[in-house]
Amino acid sequence: MNLDSYLGVHAAALQLRGRRTELLATNMANADTPGFKARDIDFRSALDAVTGQAPSANAPLSTNARHLGAVRTGNPAGSIGSTESFLKYRVPLAPSLDGNTVDAQLEQAAFADNSVRYQATLSFLSSRFKSLMTAITGQ
Amino acid sequence: MSSFKVFDIAGSGMSAQSVRLNTVASNLANADSVSGDPATTYKARHPVFEAVRANVAGKFGDANAAVKISSIMQSNATPNQRYEPGNPLANSDGFVFAPAVNSIEEMVDMISASRAYQNNVEVMNTSKELLMATLRLGQ
Repeated sequence: MNLDSYLGVHAAALQLRGRRTELLATNMANADTPGFKARDIDFRSALDAVTGQAPSANAPLSTNARHLGAVRTGNPAGSIGSTESFLKYRVPLAPSLDGNTVDAQLEQAAFADNSVRYQATLSFLSSRFKSLMTAITGQ
Repeated sequence: MSSFKVFDIAGSGMSAQSVRLNTVASNLANADSVSGDPATTYKARHPVFEAVRANVAGKFGDANAAVKISSIMQSNATPNQRYEPGNPLANSDGFVFAPAVNSIEEMVDMISASRAYQNNVEVMNTSKELLMATLRLGQ
């Protein structure tokens, strides 16, 4: 049995959630920096790329290699390489005069959402380890 | 683990916001520091924030950004002229010059800075809890 495949998508998801925590922290630290553009990751396509899964059924159909968001190449090693291509800029709801696009409330909400999902991933991983321990000790 | 960058990012945000709080305190404390010469009158100070990507770059390339104070700008608003012949600091015409500090603007700036500081503290606390939970994984 391969431990990586046993942990499934959760190991990669945990890494990606960690990256997203950094990004959201960046947005909040720069909430008052003139000209700063808030960024976030397209979580679904980043995770699809890491796990090498095909795009989901409701993803837009790409008929040309130059279509945006159409290139999804799987990473067989299951490790997170450059996730730069999944970085997106936020569209500001109320643009400010100094060019800053950080909405503190929106970032707070996203951060709370991300931390809850991080904890969910942790508990999925934890339960996998628990089942493994049960199998090993036989108790 | 790369998630420790969250602490650098949120920490830089906290230090930048505390400098901003200090300038607000300085401006409010000197709101009534009159002088007899408009050139030597206290001028309101305001920090200018700037995103720094050098030390916190992760696998996202330059998406992570801490914040620093790039400069402290002095307001060039003309001081308020007041006729106070009894004031020992008055010039030969009996005028004193008070700094052009808008205390309402300063108070609003103070609230904004303290909220942004609290935001960064929350980011730090939550990230710490998540990292501690990650360390306990499998136990």
